[in-house]
Amino acid sequence: MQPPAPGGHAPENPLVSLVDAHMHFGAVRALDGVSLTISPGECLGLIGHNGAGKSTAVNVINGGLTPTGGAVEYTLPDGSRATGAAARAAGIRSVFQELSLCPNLTVEENLRIPQHDLWGPGWRRIARKRIAKALDEVFPGHRIKPGMTVGGLTLAERQMVEIATGFAEATEPARLVILDEPTSSLDASIAHQLLDYVRGFCARGGAVIFISHMLGEVFEVATRIDVMKDGRITQSRPVAEFTQQGLIDAMGHVASVEATTAIREDAATRIGEEVLRTDEGLSARRGEIVGLAGLAGHGQAEALARFFMGRSSGPRHSSHPDVVFVAGDRARDGVMPLWSILRNLTLTHLPALTRRSIVDRAAEKVLGADWKRRIGIRTDDILNPILSLSGGNQQKVLFARSLASSAPIVVMDDPMRGVDVGTKREAYDMIRFEASAGRTFLWYSTETEEICQCDRVFVFRNGRISAELTGDQINEENILAASFEMQESTA
Amino acid sequence: MNGNYRILLPVLSLAVLMAAVFYLQPRAMSYFGLNLLFNLAVPIALATIAQMMIIMVNDIDLSVGTFVSFVACVTATFLNDAPLIGAAILAASILAYAGLGALIHMRQLPAIVVTLGMSFVWAGLAVLILPSPGGAAPAWIRTLMTVKPPLVPMAIVASVGIAALTHLLIMRSSTGTLLRGVGGNTRAVLRAGWSVTRLKAGAYALAGFFGVLSGMSLVGLTTSADANIALRYTLLSIAGVILGGGEFTGGRISPVGAVIGALTLALAGSFLSFMRLSPDWQIGAQGAILILVLAVRLVFSRRSARVEG
Repeated sequence: MQPPAPGGHAPENPLVSLVDAHMHFGAVRALDGVSLTISPGECLGLIGHNGAGKSTAVNVINGGLTPTGGAVEYTLPDGSRATGAAARAAGIRSVFQELSLCPNLTVEENLRIPQHDLWGPGWRRIARKRIAKALDEVFPGHRIKPGMTVGGLTLAERQMVEIATGFAEATEPARLVILDEPTSSLDASIAHQLLDYVRGFCARGGAVIFISHMLGEVFEVATRIDVMKDGRITQSRPVAEFTQQGLIDAMGHVASVEATTAIREDAATRIGEEVLRTDEGLSARRGEIVGLAGLAGHGQAEALARFFMGRSSGPRHSSHPDVVFVAGDRARDGVMPLWSILRNLTLTHLPALTRRSIVDRAAEKVLGADWKRRIGIRTDDILNPILSLSGGNQQKVLFARSLASSAPIVVMDDPMRGVDVGTKREAYDMIRFEASAGRTFLWYSTETEEICQCDRVFVFRNGRISAELTGDQINEENILAASFEMQESTA
Repeated sequence: MNGNYRILLPVLSLAVLMAAVFYLQPRAMSYFGLNLLFNLAVPIALATIAQMMIIMVNDIDLSVGTFVSFVACVTATFLNDAPLIGAAILAASILAYAGLGALIHMRQLPAIVVTLGMSFVWAGLAVLILPSPGGAAPAWIRTLMTVKPPLVPMAIVASVGIAALTHLLIMRSSTGTLLRGVGGNTRAVLRAGWSVTRLKAGAYALAGFFGVLSGMSLVGLTTSADANIALRYTLLSIAGVILGGGEFTGGRISPVGAVIGALTLALAGSFLSFMRLSPDWQIGAQGAILILVLAVRLVFSRRSARVEG
């Protein structure tokens, strides 16, 4: 089946149109003027690197977020135009990357969650019919029964159910289905069934937004590709006008070269013998800054956590830590929100500050004052509550918490999340200084600029290391190329 | 563990316990004996169902015991003397439960703290209404609770009825499915455009409703009330839900299992009496039975996890 030409259906009446949509979260501009239209019969491949704004764009399109500026307009099935909460009535469905099924319910019961009209006597029978039909159509030969509990299905089967739910028959039929990384846990033959179905769906007048890191799939199924970068759509062309290499180039931008060369100059003198090596192939040497790159959620954080948990257990750890951790998700893994700056700072260092089981308050203060000066925490009084600080300064406290210890290895889980540029620069200097003093850094970051500060980079894809880059190989192009899967997705 | 398998263990534990009771006291194997054994199980089963509604949406209710006591006091006083006012008070208390559910969700408060606080409120109200034990059960409740159906005693009929009704309500109806969905994946329910606040309020209102039924049936059996009459129901109800195959999180609950769990706990008390165990040890022994059953369940679920993995 050939994808229909985008012009084959009435393009003057798009299903959704975004006009100059802006979405700001505080100072972060997730969408910075996005205009896009999707017409019946189109399959739009939406690609971009971490933080390019894909998820935000999807959430604006499906009505989950109201843009802070610009307009979103839907065409309802009767032909009229509407804005705001009309996404559902317009037949727009989303299949999210993180699974959104209820594991305690059966397959047919899960259809009840998105389909509001399923109620009253006999709802279960209708639900069973609809989901079974959708599963049969999208994934012929599947072995999922509507009565099975979702919690007992494999990851791939759950994803199949989720996709089928997106295409299932309802009172408002699906007209635009947004698939966000739909094939991440499907094997090649099943993924192919999906691609075939998507092509047929579009040929029948439906529309699909297809987001995937598998460029081969995007090329196979999309009629048009939009490339997102820094909250904007930078290129939007029919698929035939792109090559895979061209896409990679379009996603990246020229990284500043000066800053990165400076840090690598002393690499030869700084880096010593190997201090760690894990089963999955991660390794680091003394004084080395090792980056973990790739698209978010491809196993980097898990690899760090596994390594950290493996090295930080045991009774000796608290007094002589081998590894320390700098949290990126401050609220979840980092700050103690009710404690003062000082208490937060000295947390991992407490065993060394303890005299006969009692914390030596004087020594604690000295340590706190010392680190306040060294990393420039902007506060009048270090006894103020931690939440009185800005996000960037809170992160500095977390850095100080880890660096105050004697641990030779520092693990960092995307520590610069939501931190201002000034603080970032200070943190880079600090990391460099500590590395030249012989500390090893394992640094997971979603930002290419930070990854380019590293001596060596491991790129993750699908939970495994897909490339190891050193020295001058570390650039955005190579990282992007290793993050996205280039080969065709044939079985 | 799939649904059919999950119900097996509660049924088995009840059967084993029943066999032990009949072995120790063959005379219990009669209409009268069974009635005596399970009489007090009806209010416990209803309180367990109330607790299950809360556990279903990933919360826990530490005020079930004092709430049932409060309802018992209202039933034995207002509902007996001035039925309209009594009914209004009980309806208002169900609304209060719904409001609590909405509040807990909207302000993202920990349910365990809010309900612990509410337990003191209910206890205080109960003491205000009935400072010393007394009151009288309304005649119609008394009649209802002591009716003697042919062949099978009232307690059994009522338990089966409660189990069937709540199974239809929670496991089969579309609204019940949605409520269980809140426990399973709140975000998914929210994203599909439902008001989770309203759903949680609904779950709490159901809990309040079954709590009211529990208190009323308790007074029907005891004929009078006391502000501390049902304090132990809080822990019994939680134990009953878990014993019946439910889990604290994830919306994995079973109404039929919960009723069976409540019956098992009620029977455990009688069993220990038959063993001539001093009442001082009974609570501890009941706890031991609970731990034993949960340990068996853990072994089962470990094994099935290994098979799936």
